[in-house]
Order: sequence, then structure tokens, then C-alpha cells
Amino acid sequence: MRIHFKTTYEQDIRLFPDLWTACVYGALILLAFALPYLINEFYVGEVTNVLIWAIAGLGLMLLTGQTGQASLGHAAFLAIGCYTNTILIEQGLPFIIAFPLAGVITGVVGAIIAIPALRLHGIYLAIATIALSILADDIIVLLEPWTGGVSGKFPEMISIFGFEIERWTMPTRFYYLVLVVTIICTLFYRNLLRSPLGRAFAAVRDSEVSATAMGVHIARTKATAFGLSCMITGWAGALMGYYAGTFNNETFSIVISITLLMMIVIGGLGSIHGAFFGAVVVAFLPQGLSILKDGLIGGGVAIPGLETGVFGMILILFILFEPMGIYGRWLKIRIWFELFPFARKDMFRRQKSYLKTERLR
Amino acid sequence: MEVLQLLVSGLANGCVYGLIALGFVLIYKATEAVNFAQGDFMMLGAFVTLGLTNAEYMDLPFWIAAPLAISIMAVLGYLLDFFILRHLFGQSQTAVVILTIALGFVLRFVAGLIWGHEPQTLESPLALGDVQFGGVVLGMADVAVIVVTFLLTWSLYQFFQRTKLGLAMQAASQNQMAAYFMGIPVRRVQGLIWGLAGATAAVAGILFASKGAIDPNAGLLGIKAFAAAVIGGFGSLPGALAGGLIVGVIEPFAARYLAAGYSQIAPYALLLAVLIFRPHGLFSQVRVKKV
Amino acid sequence: MSLLEIKNATLKFGGVVAVNDLSFSVEEGEVYAIVGPNGAGKSTVFNLISRFYEPYAGEFTFDGQNLLDRAPDEVADLGIARTFQNIELFDHATVLQNLLVGRHRHRKSTLIEELFFAPRVRAEEHRHREAVEEVIDFLDLQPYRNKMIAGLPYGVRKVVELGRALASGPRLLLLDEPASGLSVEETQDMRWWIDDIRKQMGITVLMVEHDMGLVSGVSDRVLALADGAKLAEGTPAEVQSNPAVIEAYLGAGAV
Repeated sequence: MRIHFKTTYEQDIRLFPDLWTACVYGALILLAFALPYLINEFYVGEVTNVLIWAIAGLGLMLLTGQTGQASLGHAAFLAIGCYTNTILIEQGLPFIIAFPLAGVITGVVGAIIAIPALRLHGIYLAIATIALSILADDIIVLLEPWTGGVSGKFPEMISIFGFEIERWTMPTRFYYLVLVVTIICTLFYRNLLRSPLGRAFAAVRDSEVSATAMGVHIARTKATAFGLSCMITGWAGALMGYYAGTFNNETFSIVISITLLMMIVIGGLGSIHGAFFGAVVVAFLPQGLSILKDGLIGGGVAIPGLETGVFGMILILFILFEPMGIYGRWLKIRIWFELFPFARKDMFRRQKSYLKTERLR
Repeated sequence: MEVLQLLVSGLANGCVYGLIALGFVLIYKATEAVNFAQGDFMMLGAFVTLGLTNAEYMDLPFWIAAPLAISIMAVLGYLLDFFILRHLFGQSQTAVVILTIALGFVLRFVAGLIWGHEPQTLESPLALGDVQFGGVVLGMADVAVIVVTFLLTWSLYQFFQRTKLGLAMQAASQNQMAAYFMGIPVRRVQGLIWGLAGATAAVAGILFASKGAIDPNAGLLGIKAFAAAVIGGFGSLPGALAGGLIVGVIEPFAARYLAAGYSQIAPYALLLAVLIFRPHGLFSQVRVKKV
Repeated sequence: MSLLEIKNATLKFGGVVAVNDLSFSVEEGEVYAIVGPNGAGKSTVFNLISRFYEPYAGEFTFDGQNLLDRAPDEVADLGIARTFQNIELFDHATVLQNLLVGRHRHRKSTLIEELFFAPRVRAEEHRHREAVEEVIDFLDLQPYRNKMIAGLPYGVRKVVELGRALASGPRLLLLDEPASGLSVEETQDMRWWIDDIRKQMGITVLMVEHDMGLVSGVSDRVLALADGAKLAEGTPAEVQSNPAVIEAYLGAGAV
């Protein structure tokens, strides 16, 4: 077991609590940059997919894990980010401006949409966002002059000061672009967590009355969380557009919204790691299942709904037996090894709590 | 006459939404959770009935199959609570929301495995024949749907207002700990409610399948039922029915009188409008939490 | 001029009068206690001051400013901090984070600065941390600094909640039943702390409490409430010997 002997407050404030952690994450980032030299292009593409899902996961995690608001409509914000980015570039803006701007616009739109819904408690927000996700499909069709409607759009090749990036012909360059965006988003997330706003998010999540009494403006804080969440999700959406190569009104369906929410729960709510772990599951589950299916009953047999069905079962098992998700399990295994052989079973026992109505709010 | 025709078919559809919404409200009233799989319960209820009564499956007479299917769904609801939801006792609402969404996926998958993904029709005596009222032609199924729905809503309403068990269920949701102290078996009460919701869903499923074909994705109808429940105000049984009727009636009229593309939006646009201007529904009162 | 002045406050829930034409004032630097039987409207008075409830009538003045002009989250900015009867902490955060939320009213950094964790945010964080560490020292919370609230015993949570209120650097501290559910030793600690809060930190304390031992030990003046109206006001001894108060507590004929 490592002992932290703290000598300054800075140790609790800085990015990594100690040298060891800094080294571990430094090595991880180095590995990520070296990856294209280690594996072939097909797998680089797969890892890119994981990272894009992880960015989207970070976006939703900020809202659901940190602020405690469930959104079942984040695919709508993926769509807004994706379309905004493409349209801005078509209008002649360079990628380096259009891409960040697309996220900001998505964030602002998200915050504006959220304001009426955020006056309400949990479940109402979930329902309002479901409606939003369904409406997005129809609205994209209605806005055909801009969005291309049912026939969809193709994003143009990315060009950063003449340096060209394209997902199919240059997967390695696209991978580096996604990696950089991932690192920036993770840094933003981490910075928020260690600053007053991040604490206000947690305060709103755990007790609205006492957050108010401490001077936190509930509606404004929630809207900020929603806006920031949408901003990150918007970037993920823009990258998803490039990754898919083409998109239309059905690309960002409600199934994507729900997958996203399930992903962060499986990964582990309220942690950065959770978004990444969940993204790995979502990105590799289809391949894993099809390999398994081919092995068991032979290829060529289609079982509709298999992926979502299995995904649902995994999720139910997680909520029942490991509500902290893969990250929670990972922490427990780590602590078990660190304390070996002194870990006890009841160390991780969950606290029993009682539900009191929130209805009379 | 056309208006009347649209109105009646809208009302019949609305009743199905209303019945699913009733299921949401039942569970919400008693456990403060929302069952996002209620639409899939409805689908499953329909398929269970179909499996029991259709000639190519078990070929039981409809009037035996229907009560049997309702009981099976009630037991299923209770068991789901017993094996899964009870373990979430005291966790946040979000956990329950996510769990029930996952449950919906699993139910859809299972129904697809057993009954296939092709749309099928229920051999229901309700589905036969039309009734003529003046110039309006009403399907028997539509009339049956409307009658059954109103009877069911009325009896559930009476149950919650009048009976001791109904009141206990409400108390159990508002403060679990206090309800315990008052000697209400909170867990068992919640199991019963899930059973009741399962039975209601089965009724909705039978009625829905009598009106047309069903397939495993029919449960997605539940989303419209959500709109209904919110419009009516979560927590009010007559409100849920009224919300269902509103959504049901809006649909055919929007399809008839609005441009294509706008008509699908109508129910959700109404939902968002209600959320913005009357957040707790059209038929509900708002109070403030005490600290 | 009094620090907090309440004139003719009235609050009705439907037909029930929870607070009835109540007037009192709290002077700077004193410990003022409100006592009364259950349902007398003690916590309701706190919720009125916190602006959680809108009064039916009455004037609320804090340090010359009209409280009724303020939104609930702006009350903290004036320098009013409070605790809750049933402990409202942030359960899924550590003690340190809970106390740091208490510093929220001193937040100066903007969203953009926080996203990039600008130098100013870092400097502010250090200042917040120093302020919080003072509170931790004062309340002996060192062993619990990095513990999650969810796993802490009741008595410690009660102290953390007091700490969170103190961390905001208030001028007026509202304590809603600070000793309820505490053991005899913990109540004794609470008594010393309240004394020190007033004497060392110069913070005015308004508290609701049932434990008459604690009330007569620390408070300068006591207000006895019954059915939302003033029954008696004065020093602890005066109020305790007031026949109306004894009757309200013990029932008629006990005198």
C-alpha cells in the first residue's frame, strides 16, 4: 500500500496527486501516441471509435455522474454538433475554428433547451430529453435545406493549415486528431472537478436545499452543467460524423442516446475512468458478440436485437451487483491487492438508505 | 362525420396510451420510480395472449387465454420486483430508470427470440365486426378498448382512494421509513404494485393487439405513453388516462390537417409545451419539500 | 441596530397558520435560542430566514437590508449560513469537499478560468483550503478529512454540517437543533464550540434547540414559541420560570 504523506495543499489541488500517478498516466499517454506504430490500421480505426465514444461519454458523465441529471437525449446533441460543424465548414470556416465553435454552439443550444426542463426534477428531465431525441430526427428532416434531410451529408476532408486529415485514407492522422480532442476534454473535465463549479455540481446532485443555503444557484448550475455536457458531446458528434463518413436524420437515433447512458453506467458513474471503460465495452461488444455467435451457432445467422439484448442484460447485472460499474470493480480489485492479505469482504459493503419523496418539491 | 371518425379512432388509440400511462403512474405512485419498460410489458402481454390463444401456438379459447395472460403478467411483474427491483431499494431514481430501460431491451430481445420479428395478429373475438352509429363506422375493437379502459381506470382510482391497501401503497412511496414504522410491509406492497402494473400492461396489450398487428418493437409505443403520463401529470390516475386521450386524439387530427413532417412532432411538441408551462401536468398540484 | 430583525412575520400553509405575527430581533454578537414544543414553528422560522418559504406577511431585515429582496441562494452572500434538522450534507463527497462547498459564496473565478484551471483559480483554491483547514482544526475533523460522508457516524456528520456553515465565513449562523441525536459528550463539545464561535470568531448565533441544558448553558436570550406565536422572551432563567412556558410544555395544571 502506498502512503501519501502530504506536505502542502498543492498536493490535493494539482492534476496528479503524486509522482507515481503522474508517471502512470504519462506512460499511458505515450502509449496512446505510439499506438499506430504498434498495431495495424484496422485496429487504429477501432481505437479511434473507442475514443470518440469516450468523449461522448465524458460529456454525458459530466451531467449524469457529476450533477445527477439523467439525459436520455444526448444523441440530439451529437447531431447538433455534427451538423453544425459540417455546415460551418461548408460556409467556408476553417476546421480549426469551425470545430471548437460547433461544440460551443451545441453547448449554448443545450443550455437554452435545458432551462425549462431543469426546473423539474430528475424523471421529468429524462422524459423531456427523450422527446428531444425523437424530435431531433423529424427536425433534421424539416430543415432539409441545411441538413440534407433523409439523403444526409458527407463531411468534407479536414484541413488544418493545409495539413489534410481523412478518416478512411489516413486513419492514423484521424486517430491523432481524436486523441488530442480526447486529452483536451479529459483535462477540462478534471479541471472542473477540482474547481468550485465542479463541487457545486456535486452539491446540486446530493442535496439541492443545502446547496441553495450555501449560495449555489440551482437552476444556473444545472444549466451550466447541461451546457458544458452538450459542448463536449457536440465535439464527439462532429468526430462521429467524420468517423462514419456520412450521416443523415437516422444516424443519431434515440438508441444512441440510450446506449450512451448505459455506457457510462457500465463504466462507472461519476468517474473519468468510467467513460473510457464504458466506451471500450460499447465499441467492442458487437465484434465480441459476432465472434462468439459464429463460434457457437455458425456464421450467417442473424439474431435481431441480440446486441441491445445482451447489452441490457450486462447492464442489469451491473446495476444489481456492481452499481459503481467497471471502475468500481477495478478500484476494489486494486485495493484488495494493495492490502493483501488484509482485505476483508465487508470493507466494500454498501450503506443502506431509505428513499424519501422528492415529489413535494 | 369525418371529424367524428377521426375522434373515435383517436380515442381508441388514446386509450391504449392511457392504459400504458396508467402503468407508469401506478408504479410512480407507489415506488416513486418510473418503469421505462412499461411499453415492453404491454408488448409482452400481447404476445403471451397471442401465444396462448392463436391456432399455430397453444390454441386455447380467448376467454381462457386472456385472464391467464393477465395473471401471468401480474406474476411476472411481481417476480421482476422480487428478483431485481427490490435489490435497488433506496438507490436513486436514475438507477431505476436505467435499469428499466435495460429491462425493456431484454424483454424485446426475448420476445423476438420466442415469437419472431414478423408482425402477427391476435385472434381476438374483439377484432371482429364493425358497429354502425349513424354515418360513423366503429370497429368493435375500438369500442371494446374504450369501455374496458374506462372501467379499469375507474376501479384503480377507487382502489387507491378507498381501500386500505391502496392508501398503504401511497404512504409507502412518500416516506419509506415512516411507512415502515407504521407497520406497512413496504417491500411486499411494492411487489404487489409491480404485479398490478404487469396486469394493467397485459390488458393494454390484449386491447392493442385486437386493434392491429404487433411485433417486438411495439413496446416503443411506451414513449408516447410517457408523453401522455406527463401531460396528465405523473401521479394522477385519471390524469394519465386524460393525457393518453389527448395524445391519441391529437395524432389523427395532426396527420389529417398538418403538413407531413409536422404531424409526428405534434404529441412531443405538446409534451414539451406542458413541461415548460405546466411542469407538473395539466391535472396536478405542486407543493414544496419540507426541510 | 439589530443584526437580524423580524417584524410581524406570518406564514400560512393552506388554512394552517404556521407562524403567527411573530416579531423578534437578534443583536450582533449574541447567542439567541428559540425553544418550543414540536410543531411550534421553530424550523419554519429558519426556513423563512433562508427564504425557502415566502412569508404571508412581515418584514425581514438583516444588517439593514431587506431579506425579502433576496433569492434563496443570495442569502448566503449576505453572510447567513445554516445547518439542517435532518442533516443535509453532500453524501457522495468527502468531508473536505463538503467544507469547500461552504466557500462557494467566495467564488470569484469564471467558467472559462476554471476549464483551463488558470493561475487565479489555483490561488483561490489555496485560500479556500486555508480557510477550511482552520475550520477543520477548530472542530477537530482532521481524522475525517478525506472520508466520504456516506460512511460517517451521525455525530460526526452533525459536526461536518456545522463546519460547512462555518467555512462560509458567516456573520449569522443558524443552527437547527445542533444537539439532537448527539450523546452527552458530543452535546458538551457542541456547547463549547458554540461558545467559541461567538467569543473567538465573533459570529452571531441563532439556534433552535430542545435540550434546555444546552440552551441555558450558551444562550444570552431565549424565545419561547407555541403555535407559531411568541410565548415569552428573555434570559434562559426568565423563560424557564415563565408560567405560560411551563404550561405549554407540561400542560395545564402543572404549575
